[in-house]
Amino acid sequence: MSAAATRRLSGLQRDVLHLYRASLRAARTKPAEYRANWTTFVQHEFRKTMDMHAVRDAHAIEHLVRVGRRRLETLRNPAIKNVHT
Amino acid sequence: MQSLLPSFRAARSSVAANARRTLATAAAAPAVAPTPAASLAAKPALMKEFQIYRWDPAHPTEKPRLQTYKIDINQCGPMVLDALIKIKNEIDPTLTFRRSCREGICGSCAMNIAGGNTLACIAKIPRSNDSLKIYPLPHMYVVKDLVPDLSHFYAQYKSIEPFLKQKPGVAQNKNIGPNGEIKENLQTIADRQKLDGLYECILCACCSTSCPSYWWNSDAYLGPAVLMQAYRWIIDSRDHTRAERLAALQGPFSVFRCHTIMNCARTCPKGLNPGRAIAEIKKMMASS
Repeated sequence: MSAAATRRLSGLQRDVLHLYRASLRAARTKPAEYRANWTTFVQHEFRKTMDMHAVRDAHAIEHLVRVGRRRLETLRNPAIKNVHT
Repeated sequence: MQSLLPSFRAARSSVAANARRTLATAAAAPAVAPTPAASLAAKPALMKEFQIYRWDPAHPTEKPRLQTYKIDINQCGPMVLDALIKIKNEIDPTLTFRRSCREGICGSCAMNIAGGNTLACIAKIPRSNDSLKIYPLPHMYVVKDLVPDLSHFYAQYKSIEPFLKQKPGVAQNKNIGPNGEIKENLQTIADRQKLDGLYECILCACCSTSCPSYWWNSDAYLGPAVLMQAYRWIIDSRDHTRAERLAALQGPFSVFRCHTIMNCARTCPKGLNPGRAIAEIKKMMASS
């Protein structure tokens, strides 16, 4: 096992990873031809804020996780097929 | 009586002048404001300090802060909402808050003013010299500035199924139309009176966010506003699902986290008493 895989994660880090995983899984429920768009979109949305926050800025990260969860609820809607970044 | 009359007239004309001054806060007003000079000269400037909670999600790394605004409250409507609108119009357009009806019936402008939850549109600006602190509703996630995230509160409201549920075959007093369709569910005057003091709730969330029990257990405890609406449907004589509704509230958390702190009744801007409604639910659950 790599060092990254065995590292103890904080609750907040786990929340972020859960959200990331759920988002990528939601992307997989979308039509095959748009799936790449979805994956790029999810990765971009997470990486956009990655360098913005210090690890200890828990309030900012918690807020982003809440916003992210709400957006995920919306984007899970099967009526939404494609996304443009 | 004669001595009263002129002062009454004076009061009316000053109200009209106030309305004109409130209009003058609109962006394009200076050109159209009708002869404000006379009425403006009548009252000296009374500067009042407002300290308002600011937090912008566009800069999540910046900490929330209190921003101070000074406005002349003689140039402003009487309510806190008037002051907020004046600040937004004239000083800082980035100040964010919800408002709609400006007369205490929509519940949009619920916020924490001078330490108490109330509606900004029906809270008077105190004319004292000290500054007035305005925060969003306590213990709610903040969307921006004075806007709280009420989605959990609304989800809880949805969970009590706040609508009429009837079962076929239950004898009921109904007004039947000529083609056999149900036109109205009739109710005796006494049954209707049971809903007084309950149906007036506008779901502003002032009571729920003032309740310490709700602060610490909002995930499991429904909170005073939602429970009062639950009670409103439980005692409605036209509803057929009283037993189911009561059964859905069973358990140590949904209702019984209410410890009769009664902040709800104290803070309610509509003067209702959610604590009493919760006590009634508890009584019904104990006797059913």
